[in-house]
Amino acid sequence: MTSVLDPGALSAQAPPRPEPLAPFADVTRSDAAVRAFLHGLPGVDQVGAEARVAVLGSRSIKTTAKAWAIDTAISMVDLTTLEGADTPGKVRSLAAKARRPDPGDPTTPPVAAVCVYGDLASVAKQALEGTAIKVAAVATAFPSGRASRAVKLADVRDAVAGGADEIDMVIDRGAFLAGRHLDVYDEIVAVKEACGDAHLKVILETGELVTLDAVRRASWLAMLAGGDFIKTSTGKVSPAATLPVCLVMMEAVRDFRAVTGRQVGVKPAGGIRTTKDAVKHLVLVNEVAGPDWLSPDWFRFGASSLLNDLLLQRQKLRTGHYSGPDHVTID
Amino acid sequence: MTDPFQYAPAPESRSIVDIAPSYGLFVDGEFVDGTGESFKTVNPATEEVLSEVASGTAEDVDRAVRAARRAYARVWGPMRPADRGKYLFRIARLLQERAREFAVLESLDNGKPIRESRDVDVPLAAAHFFYHAGWADKLDWAGLGPGPRPLGVAGQVIPWNFPLLMLAWKVAPALATGNTVVLKPAETTPLSALLFAEVCRQADLPPGVVNIVTGAGDTGRAVVEHPDVDKVAFTGSTEVGRSIARAVAGTAKKLTLELGGKAANIVFDDAPIDQAVEGIVQGIFFNQGHVCCAGSRLLVQENVHDEVIASLQRRIGRLRVGDPLDKNTDIGAINSAEQLARIRELTDIGEAEGAQRWQPACELPERGFWFPPTVFTDVSPAHRIARDEVFGPVLSVLTFRTPDEAVAKANNTTYGLSAGIWTEKGSRILKIADQLRAGVVWANTFNKFDPTSPFGGYKQSGYGREGGRHGLTAYLQGADRP
Repeated sequence: MTSVLDPGALSAQAPPRPEPLAPFADVTRSDAAVRAFLHGLPGVDQVGAEARVAVLGSRSIKTTAKAWAIDTAISMVDLTTLEGADTPGKVRSLAAKARRPDPGDPTTPPVAAVCVYGDLASVAKQALEGTAIKVAAVATAFPSGRASRAVKLADVRDAVAGGADEIDMVIDRGAFLAGRHLDVYDEIVAVKEACGDAHLKVILETGELVTLDAVRRASWLAMLAGGDFIKTSTGKVSPAATLPVCLVMMEAVRDFRAVTGRQVGVKPAGGIRTTKDAVKHLVLVNEVAGPDWLSPDWFRFGASSLLNDLLLQRQKLRTGHYSGPDHVTID
Repeated sequence: MTDPFQYAPAPESRSIVDIAPSYGLFVDGEFVDGTGESFKTVNPATEEVLSEVASGTAEDVDRAVRAARRAYARVWGPMRPADRGKYLFRIARLLQERAREFAVLESLDNGKPIRESRDVDVPLAAAHFFYHAGWADKLDWAGLGPGPRPLGVAGQVIPWNFPLLMLAWKVAPALATGNTVVLKPAETTPLSALLFAEVCRQADLPPGVVNIVTGAGDTGRAVVEHPDVDKVAFTGSTEVGRSIARAVAGTAKKLTLELGGKAANIVFDDAPIDQAVEGIVQGIFFNQGHVCCAGSRLLVQENVHDEVIASLQRRIGRLRVGDPLDKNTDIGAINSAEQLARIRELTDIGEAEGAQRWQPACELPERGFWFPPTVFTDVSPAHRIARDEVFGPVLSVLTFRTPDEAVAKANNTTYGLSAGIWTEKGSRILKIADQLRAGVVWANTFNKFDPTSPFGGYKQSGYGREGGRHGLTAYLQGADRP
């Protein structure tokens, strides 16, 4: 469905800013306050963060643990197609794969969600009817986010009206890097409101934020503004999801829950292609934030090619030998 | 809630090592029977007897020293330095080729997790040989003065905490500078040194250049006191170090000692907290805390104390204690019953003196020597756990309010081997490091080692340096300190 831009939206008054959770009620009072807060967060030592993920990456996950990890990872996949050439047919084909990732093995769990552009949300919704699989739609002038706020909000409302259960928004990286934190915050708040009941994932595009300090600050900003998930990347910028970035984000959601009691999910997206990568992420989730995050409600993989590698490894565990790419379906 | 993600056992196979039921001494390029009683070496994780090892007597030591002297005078001393380098390169490559074998053997005999023996001990040991192999033909240009000459025969006594790595720290520089060695590995961990003897043969190292005499304290004393030893190098306890210094006093022997420590790990309020917590864990629980430079005193700024301790406890709760050969184990077994008893004694004293003991809920295996990771808070500088080296997985937490207080407390120890500083402020790192009386100061990291970097202590942590150009001078005469 297509919706027309609300002609009054551009001149409409911004709604009053809702306050963040109790301990942080005053940190969004002014640009100076939010800056002081974000820059008061402990820094991240990049060398140390990389050393930590290197050790976690050396965990040896075998046999029963591997089987559990593969099935869990499959159930956490946001099966994604975000191409200019996407069509309703392509989305329906992806939805069929989401329902039964491995047609040869009905015990394979379904994925968590199908992630598409907003205009195809209704197609995905229809194709996934009767399942628990969510429809996620990217919005807010994805992937660059370079549009006026009115356009972004219209984009969100359109996707929600099309049936999206989850909205993946992008933050204004330009504003963030220029130090206009409050603009970023206000925009997330406005998008959250436009989402209604839909869950909001906030894409930080960590490949453009570059430093891990910036990743931590952006994570906190997104959580304060009410994001239900924080997500690394659009998949359109390299590097996308990396383990050190995911480490810092897991630390952020862990610390945020410890202080506010509210749990926020994490979604690394882009660049995770192999079962090995996925298992490393699960180990990281397990040992950094804890097992509470080990469910599709709190952790997702944004990926397109990862699912097939998970399926091949799953077949390998069951049958004892590797099959080939023709034993899993192309989307 | 039970953990949904249970890591299945991932044991490294021990079939790669072939442990003989008994071992003799390695003298003059051959394995020979000792004249003394033999003793058992056990796997500290299971108390299983691994092998019987000869205990070298004074007579055995004398034979080894004479072999070393012959090799020094006839072969190794006169050899072209570039050729000595070739042998060292060969040994380094063999250590790499047989890395898995060494790692498994080290974990079996010592109790350390395979992740550490595989990723730290063995690669670093090889790195020490590579590094010193490169120096062998460049000593004249090392900036140590004109024409530095070898000393002769080095008698070396090493500890049980890093058996192969300490061997490498001792043997590599001695050989590179043209000396020959008689080495005594620790009583509880002789096996990797005996496997190293096999590597020496495999490398065609001329007989007598490296001699390995196993045994306990008496054997070590015989090595140190032998009149034809020109140089003594010891790593171990301050107590034994003191007696060695007495034994060597008045002789022409050169001496280096690398002894105990009670390192301060200083965490300022502007530190990268998550990485600092990681560094605290790495500082004290690496190798079960059996590390002379372990960061056993945490000095944390008072205004972040609660936050750091909460974070630290959560992190420690996720450490995996158990089978050293499991690839996912973080903390292995305590090396010996004797050491376990000492750790128990000191921690009991800590509690009796009023410090608060905290240990995570963790299941320890029934057999073997085990001690859970332990944190003491409310520790005062007067407590023994703040002063004595525990040499186990036991952290004492003290607080400070200002940088001056941190420095004063950090230096208030009879030791001075290492220290750590955690802050995001570069200028503070430089200033504090200048004021700390410790041989090694790490900034925003801990327990990182490299053959290019000299290592050694102040005060009762010993004297002399190992590694880097500084380490070469300990084995050369006529060498200026760099």
